This record gives sequence, structure tokens and C-alpha cells, in this order.
Amino acid sequence: MGTNVSLEENFQTYVDGENKVEPKDWMPEKYRRTLIRQISQHAHSEIIGMQPEANWITRAPSLRAKLILLAKVQDEAGHGLYLYSAAETLGESREKMISDLQSGKAKYSSIFNYPTPSWADMGTIGWLVDGAAIQNQVMLTRTSYGPYARAMVKICKEESFHQRQGYEVVMKLAQGTPEQKAMAQESLNRWWWPSLMMFGPSDDESPNSAQSMKWKIKRKSNDTLRQEFVDKTVPQVEYLGLTVPDADLKWNDTRGHYDFGVINWDEFYDVIQGNGPCNKERIAHHVDAHEDGAWVREAANAFAQKQVQRKKDTVTAA
Amino acid sequence: MTGGWLAGKKSQYTKEEALKEYFLFLADDALILGQQLSRWCSKGPVLEQDIAIINTSLDHIGRARLLYQELSKIEGAGTTEDTLAYFRDHQAFRNALLLEQPNGHWGDSVVRSFFIDTFNFFLYDGLRQCEHRVLAGIAEKSIKEIAYQAQWSAEWVIRLGDGTDESHEKVQKSIDDLWMWTGELFESHPVFEALDASFVDFSALKTQWLNKVALILETATLQMPNAEAWMQTGGRLGVHTSHLGFILAEMQSLPRTYPNASW
Repeated sequence: MGTNVSLEENFQTYVDGENKVEPKDWMPEKYRRTLIRQISQHAHSEIIGMQPEANWITRAPSLRAKLILLAKVQDEAGHGLYLYSAAETLGESREKMISDLQSGKAKYSSIFNYPTPSWADMGTIGWLVDGAAIQNQVMLTRTSYGPYARAMVKICKEESFHQRQGYEVVMKLAQGTPEQKAMAQESLNRWWWPSLMMFGPSDDESPNSAQSMKWKIKRKSNDTLRQEFVDKTVPQVEYLGLTVPDADLKWNDTRGHYDFGVINWDEFYDVIQGNGPCNKERIAHHVDAHEDGAWVREAANAFAQKQVQRKKDTVTAA
Repeated sequence: MTGGWLAGKKSQYTKEEALKEYFLFLADDALILGQQLSRWCSKGPVLEQDIAIINTSLDHIGRARLLYQELSKIEGAGTTEDTLAYFRDHQAFRNALLLEQPNGHWGDSVVRSFFIDTFNFFLYDGLRQCEHRVLAGIAEKSIKEIAYQAQWSAEWVIRLGDGTDESHEKVQKSIDDLWMWTGELFESHPVFEALDASFVDFSALKTQWLNKVALILETATLQMPNAEAWMQTGGRLGVHTSHLGFILAEMQSLPRTYPNASW
């Protein structure tokens, strides 16, 4: 053809044509690194996210609620496993990802650095936190990296289920005794703003976003996703008879959206930098479990090796 | 009944009382073990095993619900699966003492499960023929998951026993420490006399259980403790160790704080 098309340009054309990138395809190194960062961060969020909810499994107020919560946390562990596998297709080992999590090099969703003192938090997390996550993840079912997109399809189905269950918990509280309703409101007060922060910094403050959008890893901006979430959630809050803790919240007829107050980004960056109420606790919990389990993993490996050796011996003897 | 710390316990049961007690033996075992295992969530030695143990916990609590639901029908108005789980005190619980023993390390929990899963396997296998149709149905439904649990815990006993020196030593100690809680599983109880013979008499399971445990421990290169060793007792009569009080205090805290609320 006489034109010099670079690998990178080819890649961009491929992605622009809405084609999926697969593990063995050539990809820019920065695309690979971006995906490893994002997928492992997502996996870590699922795993660390088990802790605030596991906190209530032993105290769930009915056997049905206990089963639902157990099943939910089990799903999250499954998502973590699924996502670690997706990241491994990009050449990163699970050991490396876990060690990066424990050293603080890798991040996880900051929302899990808040505590869950109330049973109502089990509802609010499902409803708002999983709700916000879905907003993001539905977009990711169309992400350009094949294994990630496919993982997201499965995960989204389960997350929608979790969101409905969360909403059901809050609804029971909101329609319950005055104490229960107060429990639901108190929980909403604590989780509303951190949930909005989950979409990340405003578009003009989000340095990685533009490139990710170009590569179709990300398909909607942080602010767009946040607005969609607010528009969808406010009517749900009203239906429950609860109040959004934002005096500036009001419907804007011209924009066709809700206007809402200013997010406290200082808090967001503080928590990311390690100053949330639970940052230390979450990592220490993970490290402790990992260290307590070391002798068990060693035993399992030693046993597996003995089994392989015994098989060889049997074959040799026969 | 002779004097001692179990004095004052009921020794004769009508048929209906015996039926209720029998359901409590099964249901309380399942609930207390499920509750204990759920504590492992997010603390497993590897993610795959975290998932496995949560799954097991789900199965036990699921089975407890079915049993409590049936028991509620026998008890009548006002009793539900949740009043049974959340509004009884320690002396009303009939679980075997083995199940309320602390989780300890992975080996302790695995051995506790291995002892009870093996017991449950023979018990529920037998209950499939029970003339109580609902109970037979629950046994039929549960036997697959119980067989899986028994396999899972036996495999872990073998892996730890035949793994490293450290794991061998640790799991041998778990077996020795938990052994004295196993005898209670096979005690005769006046309840069995009041029910027809299609309700499995737990004491009839002892030989099968001992044989299976001996086989697995041998494969695991572990020592079988003395079957005639001193055994603890009390759970089936509602006389428990101190651990149960803490388990219940935690589990029941919310419904008892807000007794008029529904969740």
C-alpha cells in the first residue's frame, strides 16, 4: 500500500472498529499495564469488599438474611477469583497482585475503607455501593479487552441481584419500626457521599481517563456515570421515604438531571492516601489471613508433590 | 438418674416431645456449625478455600432452616425458624458440644468438620428411610451436599496429615484435642426409645463412624486416639460449654435488641 502504518495505529483502528482484543494479540505496553492496574484493582476491591460485609454474617438478624449475605459474600470471592484470572491472561501472577495489594502498591476501591457499624449498612452497601459499581461495570461489559468484557457480563448479572437484595434490606428497615427507619437513614447519611466519590475525580481532574476512553477500555466519563447514578437513585430514596443528605439536591428541568452539591474531594484523597477509618485494618486483616494460612498452603503443595511422585513411582514400577 | 451436674434433666419423653427433641438435635447441630464456619469468611488460607468453606456454611444453615421450619409446624402458633434460632437460650439448645468448640486454626476447624461430616453422612443416609416423610425428604435433599462436605473435610485431613512435618504435628494435635467431644455423638438417649425405629438411633452409628475415621487417619499417616478414652457429654441435654453463650450472644444480638422488628 505504500503507507507506513505503525503497530499502534493498527491497534487503534482495530479498537475503533469495536473489535475485542484477546490475550495473544499485540497490544501497546501501556494498554497492557493500564488493564492490569484496573483489573487487579477491581479484583482487590471484590476481595477487600468481603470484609465489611463478613462483619455482619454472624449477626444477621434472620436466618434468611444470613443466607443471602453469605451467598453475596461468596459471589464476591468468586468475582475476585474470576478477575484475578482475567488479569493473569495479561501476564501478571496472582502472587504478584496479592503482594502488591498487601504492600499498598496496588489500590482497591476506597469505599471499603469505611466501617459497617450498623446492620442497615448491609442494605445500603448492596443498594448504593453495588449500584454505583454496576453503573461502571455495565459500561465495562463493552470494554475492548475480551476476557475483561466477558468477566463483566457474568459479574454484572450477580451484582444486579445484590443491588436488589440490598434495596430489599433497606426497604424492610424503612417500612419497619421507627428505630429501624432511623437505622436506614443514619446509614444512608454515611454512605451517600462516599458512593458518589466511587466514580472517581471529576473529568478535568482525571488524568488517565482520556487515554482509556480512546482505547475503549472506558466508555463513559466519571462525571457522566456519576450523574446517571444520582438520577437513578434519588427517586429510590424518595420511594423509601428517606432523605438524601444533600441540601443542594434539586431537579433541574433545563438539564433534565438532578443538580447536586459539591463533593468533598479532600476526604476522597485523604482516604485514598490511607487515612480512612479502616485502611490499616483492611490490609492487616488480609495479611493476617494470608500469614495464618501459610502452613496450610505449604502442606497442600507438599502433599500435591508427593502425589505426583507416587504416581511416577507407580508408573516406573509397572 | 444418678446425681451429678446433669441432674434434674428430663429422662422420659412422650412421642411428640421426643420428635421435637430429635429435630433440635439435627437442626441445632447444623445451625451452630454453620455459624462457626461462617466466621472463616475472608480468613481462609487461599481464596478457593474461602469460597468452599462459605459454601459449606451455607449448606448447614440452609439445612437448619428446613428443619426449624418443620419443627415450627409441630410447635404451632408463634414459633418460626427465627424464634427458634434467635429467642432460645443456651439451655434450650441441643447441639453436640463438639460443634460449639472454637474454630482455632484451619486444622482444628477441618478436624471438627471431619468428625461431624462423617457422622452426618451415616446419619442422613439412614434418615432417607425415615417414616417421617418430611424428615426423609430433607435427608434426601441434603445427602449430596453432606457427601461433598465429608469428602472435602476428609481430603483436608489427609492433605494436612501427609503434608509437611508442621502440618502433620498440628493436625494430630487437633485430632487429639477434639477427640473427647466425639463420644457424645453416639450416646444413647431416652428420645430414641420414644420414637419408632425408622428414626436413626445415633448410638447405632458408632462402629461405621470409627471404621471410616480409622481409614482416613491411616491414609493421612495420623494416629487414631483411643476409642475408649474419656468422653464429654451434656449437649443433647442442654448442658453446654461456655463457648455457646458467646456464640448465641453474637448471633442473637439484633433480634433481641429490637424484639418487635421484622427483618
